[in-house]
Amino acid sequence: MSGTQAVTATPVQLPKDTTAVGGPTRRRRGQQVGGKAPVWVRIVLALICLAWIVPTMGLVITSFRTQDAANSTGWWTVFTNPANADLTLGNYSEVFSKADMGTAFVNSLAITLPATIIPILIAAFAAYAFTFMVFPGRDLLLILIVGLLVVPTQVALVPLLRIYGSLGISGTFPAIWLAHIGFGMPLAVYIVRNYMATLPKEVIESAKIDGASHFQTFWRLILPMSTPVLASFAIFQFLWVWNDLLNALVFIGPGVNQPLPIALNQLLGNQGQGWQLLTAGGLFTMIVPIIVFLSLQRYFVRGLTAGSVKG
Amino acid sequence: MVIKILNALIAIVGGVVGAIILYFLLNKLAELLPGRWEDRVKPFLFLLPALAAITLYLIYPTIQTVVFSFANAASTEFVGASNYGNLLSSSAFQNTLFNTLLWIIVVPAGTIVLGLLIATLADRMRPRSEKLAKTLIFLPLAIGGVSAAAIWRFVYAANPPGQNQVGLLNGIWTGFGGDPVNWLQISTLRANSFLLMVILLWIQAGFAMVLLSAAIKGVPTETLEAARLDGAGEGAIFFRIVIPQIRTTLITVFITVLIGVLKTFDIVYVMTNGNFNTNVIAVDFFNQLFTNNNAGYAAAIVVMLLIIMIPILVFQIRQFRAEEAAR
Repeated sequence: MSGTQAVTATPVQLPKDTTAVGGPTRRRRGQQVGGKAPVWVRIVLALICLAWIVPTMGLVITSFRTQDAANSTGWWTVFTNPANADLTLGNYSEVFSKADMGTAFVNSLAITLPATIIPILIAAFAAYAFTFMVFPGRDLLLILIVGLLVVPTQVALVPLLRIYGSLGISGTFPAIWLAHIGFGMPLAVYIVRNYMATLPKEVIESAKIDGASHFQTFWRLILPMSTPVLASFAIFQFLWVWNDLLNALVFIGPGVNQPLPIALNQLLGNQGQGWQLLTAGGLFTMIVPIIVFLSLQRYFVRGLTAGSVKG
Repeated sequence: MVIKILNALIAIVGGVVGAIILYFLLNKLAELLPGRWEDRVKPFLFLLPALAAITLYLIYPTIQTVVFSFANAASTEFVGASNYGNLLSSSAFQNTLFNTLLWIIVVPAGTIVLGLLIATLADRMRPRSEKLAKTLIFLPLAIGGVSAAAIWRFVYAANPPGQNQVGLLNGIWTGFGGDPVNWLQISTLRANSFLLMVILLWIQAGFAMVLLSAAIKGVPTETLEAARLDGAGEGAIFFRIVIPQIRTTLITVFITVLIGVLKTFDIVYVMTNGNFNTNVIAVDFFNQLFTNNNAGYAAAIVVMLLIIMIPILVFQIRQFRAEEAAR
């Protein structure tokens, strides 16, 4: 079993080579080598791709148009009537000054980074115990964690709000860090443990014979060997927390600490300011996840297949 | 602003270093115990922080939510099952359930069909075109619900008749001579709900495509060649050989999308806030809790969501045990 295969919730036949989007692929059918796809296949696929990209194009183009242009003519007129395109960078400075997206950006970073990095070590220790240690109740605890993967995190919100209210930490960063650490923990333990279960047992046995303690084995051997799955989880959790609106609304709420999704939602609710600001704010919110996605696609896909039960 | 960044950095360093020291101390503590006890206690010490997080943030609140679902709006007094009774007999909530059911029926199936179609088509292209097409279709998954809503709000936008249209759909519609339509307000035949589902399909099709494409490539060449030699057509090969072979992947994708659909919040919340007859269960939960300040209704809604998920949960655990047995 390859590592990628092992971390899926239900077995998925993933040949190692194909874990990246369109990564190196073994061509299966002889007659298709060199892409002699029939014309209709190319046309249909091109149309689908166009349908997928055009909505985003509308947002990107509008974010560079002046207020008048954006609100009085369709963005596609940039192509049909380039003389009147009326392009500008001003929307981006306005998004900072009027909608305070700069602060929201910093807040997003301040929320996302700790909520991504802190759970990794905690999950790794737990996964090590599940994989390499024998103790009563192990299988039961593991099944509990698998079950919790499916449980919608909404079930936790009402009681947590009450606890946070009585502690007086609602609206602070630690409130949402801890929530994301708790909500992400079953998935993190689950995928890291499944990966560790595929590591060669002999390595651990020989470390034991050499007199290494569990702590040393974990620290010097297992943790470095698990880097790929830890990276996958990190990227997955990063995107999830960055894009999260529900928990941000519940635990942070609108105000000085609000992250990008809340700021963007306010732009959406406040369209008096016009499409040019909304679209610029949208692109500004998307840019970090898009960069993370494009540069780390391979890991992202692994994390995704691994985390395919988390929504 | 600088303070916030410093705070975050301190949290990261503090959290990680704190965790290391904690585990180091727990480990040392266990080593003080006599040999046999050390081995017995240590696993639980390694598990302690993770289990504490799970208990505090998932297990305890879930139990508490079930309790609250039998209490009044402020969770001060028990009211029996009346939250459930009131919700299930209100036509608004019945509507919400009906919409949720539509999402459950349409989106997972639609995502799989789209994912299969794109995977099959892209599989027949040159590797470079295949990679480009897949990246384009996969990209929406990274950008999240609120940004997706911003993109699609603009697609569905409507200006009054007589003005130029800036929304793409109305641009096309009026280009063909129609009158501008406020798409998200048309609840006839739940048209607006379907338009919202399009957004989730747009986000998730890439996910289905990536998993299904990998599974399709994993079907052994020999099987396909043998079928071809026996004179099977491409259609028969696809439906009678490929589909059965990728069954487990199809199920995984279906369940994952289904769970995503049940939790769908941001798209509906941002686009319509459940108005114009588009409400779904996760948005209703939020509005009961924060707009109506009714924690009892909110808890009852989320418990119903939990009940809907029990079959998925059972399936998931069975699947896991089967996998473990095969390991």
